[in-house]
Amino acid sequence: MKVLLRNIEKKGYTADIKDYLASEGYQALKKAITLKPEEIISEVKTSKLVGRGGAAFPTGLKWEFSRKSKEGPKYVVCNADEGEPGTFKDRQILEKDPHLVLEGMIICAFAIKAEVGFIYIRGEYNHAYEVLEKAIKQAEEKNLLGKNILGSDFSFQIKLYRGAGAYVCGEETALLDSLEGKKGQSRVKPPFPTFVGLNNNPTVLNNVETFANISEIILKGGKQFSQVGSSACPGTKLYCLSGDVNKPGVYELPMDITLGDLIKNHGGGVKGKLKAVLPGGVSSSLLTDKDLGVTMDYPNVQKAGSMLGSGAVIVINQERCMVDIAKRCIEFFDYESCGKCTPCREGSKRAREILNNIAGGRGELSNLELLKELQEVLYDTSRCGLGQAALNVVVSALDKFPDEFKKHITKQKCELNVCSMNKGGNV
Amino acid sequence: MKKEKLNQIMEKFENKQQALLPCLHFIQEEEGKISEEVMNFLAEKLDIPRVEIYSVVSFYSMFSLEKQNKYVIRVCASLSCYLNGTNKIIETLKEVLGIKIGESTPDGKFTLEEVSCLGLCDQAPAMMINDREYGNLSGDKVKEIIKSC
Ligand SMILES: Cc1cc2nc3c(=O)[nH]c(=O)nc-3n(C[C@H](O)[C@H](O)[C@H](O)COP(=O)(O)O)c2cc1C
Ligand code: SF4
Ligand code: FES
Repeated sequence: MKVLLRNIEKKGYTADIKDYLASEGYQALKKAITLKPEEIISEVKTSKLVGRGGAAFPTGLKWEFSRKSKEGPKYVVCNADEGEPGTFKDRQILEKDPHLVLEGMIICAFAIKAEVGFIYIRGEYNHAYEVLEKAIKQAEEKNLLGKNILGSDFSFQIKLYRGAGAYVCGEETALLDSLEGKKGQSRVKPPFPTFVGLNNNPTVLNNVETFANISEIILKGGKQFSQVGSSACPGTKLYCLSGDVNKPGVYELPMDITLGDLIKNHGGGVKGKLKAVLPGGVSSSLLTDKDLGVTMDYPNVQKAGSMLGSGAVIVINQERCMVDIAKRCIEFFDYESCGKCTPCREGSKRAREILNNIAGGRGELSNLELLKELQEVLYDTSRCGLGQAALNVVVSALDKFPDEFKKHITKQKCELNVCSMNKGGNV
Repeated sequence: MKKEKLNQIMEKFENKQQALLPCLHFIQEEEGKISEEVMNFLAEKLDIPRVEIYSVVSFYSMFSLEKQNKYVIRVCASLSCYLNGTNKIIETLKEVLGIKIGESTPDGKFTLEEVSCLGLCDQAPAMMINDREYGNLSGDKVKEIIKSC
């Protein structure tokens, strides 16, 4: 069963509104405005939909909080800042079926009583920006957006806002700061955006894929949605397969699929022999062939010691050196840390230096304990998820492939000949 | 500096400061950098301290205080691309252009940058040149692309 790619996979389907309308498009909105806002929220709660941006928070509850918080202006914000390495699913929907996202946002606005919405889209997604610009215009022409939508007394407009190249702006509070024209640095939570969001007003902020599920839930009912896939975490998910895999791409599957099934039967298998997998991008912890039976929903991936995040499944084969992979991942976090809190800013820098030393044959065994300690500190004291997750790959690599690290340190040897030893390296 | 166009952008936002990023995007595309003059103008118009504007410009990787050349090459250096051969692509570019990461060619044509994931991981290794996306790169393909610029 497909929900998110149901249109995109039809032959000849385009992003034009006429194709969306010919595929039951905006029927959910028509139905929604005949309902009471509470009824819409209750349908979304019944569906058991959780956010697809990474934190897996129940969407219906988020909407309810905003609905019930203080009167006055409220906002709907779509997080289209897709930046977790290995993630490229939102781009697909935005470029090929933009109205699916717009319809979800409009229904949300009706449910929480918002009049203005924003799509915060990463600066590099030029094509998606243009597609959305046109889609918004077409929806306005058909009175699906703008004043008195479909003749009702409900009005709502959507504006586009471009990010400018900062991974941390995908974090919801950093995004809000950026959307206000400031540096994108995380705010202290609580208060959560549902109470104090954009311009200090209640704001619902959801991922592109989350909004794309809404029309299905309204049309077919939350109950039916809740019966798809995994009972704890129903619905389908867009999995992004990349790395050492034969058929990289976006796959929509019910969340009771196992990791092994996903890689083997959908991704065409591993290129080479499997060594490890990151199920949720470089913010998640490494899994290995022992975990191929894990069901790819949020609670089960967590039970396996990792996290599903945005669904960026990065496959790593046996030719890869884990010290090198860990080093590459910490470089990313060091570069992207917004610098607001010390543990993340300094911790990712130190971890980077240590890994650089180990990879260059200049490490010490005591470094390994230090890395684990650093992770604990970062996890406990960082202000946002970036710092909390920064050392996940590093420490899970250490846990699962300790010998590789030890050989780099005691024998100054990279058995896979990936790390160039004793060449000084740049710290 | 196109003051008229900037004024038009500013009019679209109720909350003044919100116009800052859209204005900076516009100028970056038009002029290849954010100059002192532009920062002063925006500080006054948007009623934001100059230092705040400066810190916004330096925070975001898509804005630059130094002049960027006509073609800005952004090569993805994140994991999925790395596994598929980013290093080779970067080596080729350095060799063909004769510059390092972060540098610009003296003829005013190219600027070379390493960036985080571009959302093209299924076509790794990937890069962008200005607005255009290029995936499934190889050394030879990169040479062709540069030649055709
Ligand atoms: C460092 C960091 C980056 C994030 N990047 C994104 C992103 O690119 N897109 C996204 O939807 N959520 C991202 N998130 C999660 C958001 O903070 C937030 O949980 C999400 O957008 C909420 O929407 P949802 O409930 O629909 O998932 C990120 C979180 C962190 C900590
Ligand atoms: S954890 Fe890192 S990215 Fe998040 S607020 Fe602190 S310094 Fe910024
Ligand atoms: S990792 Fe290179 S585009 Fe995503």
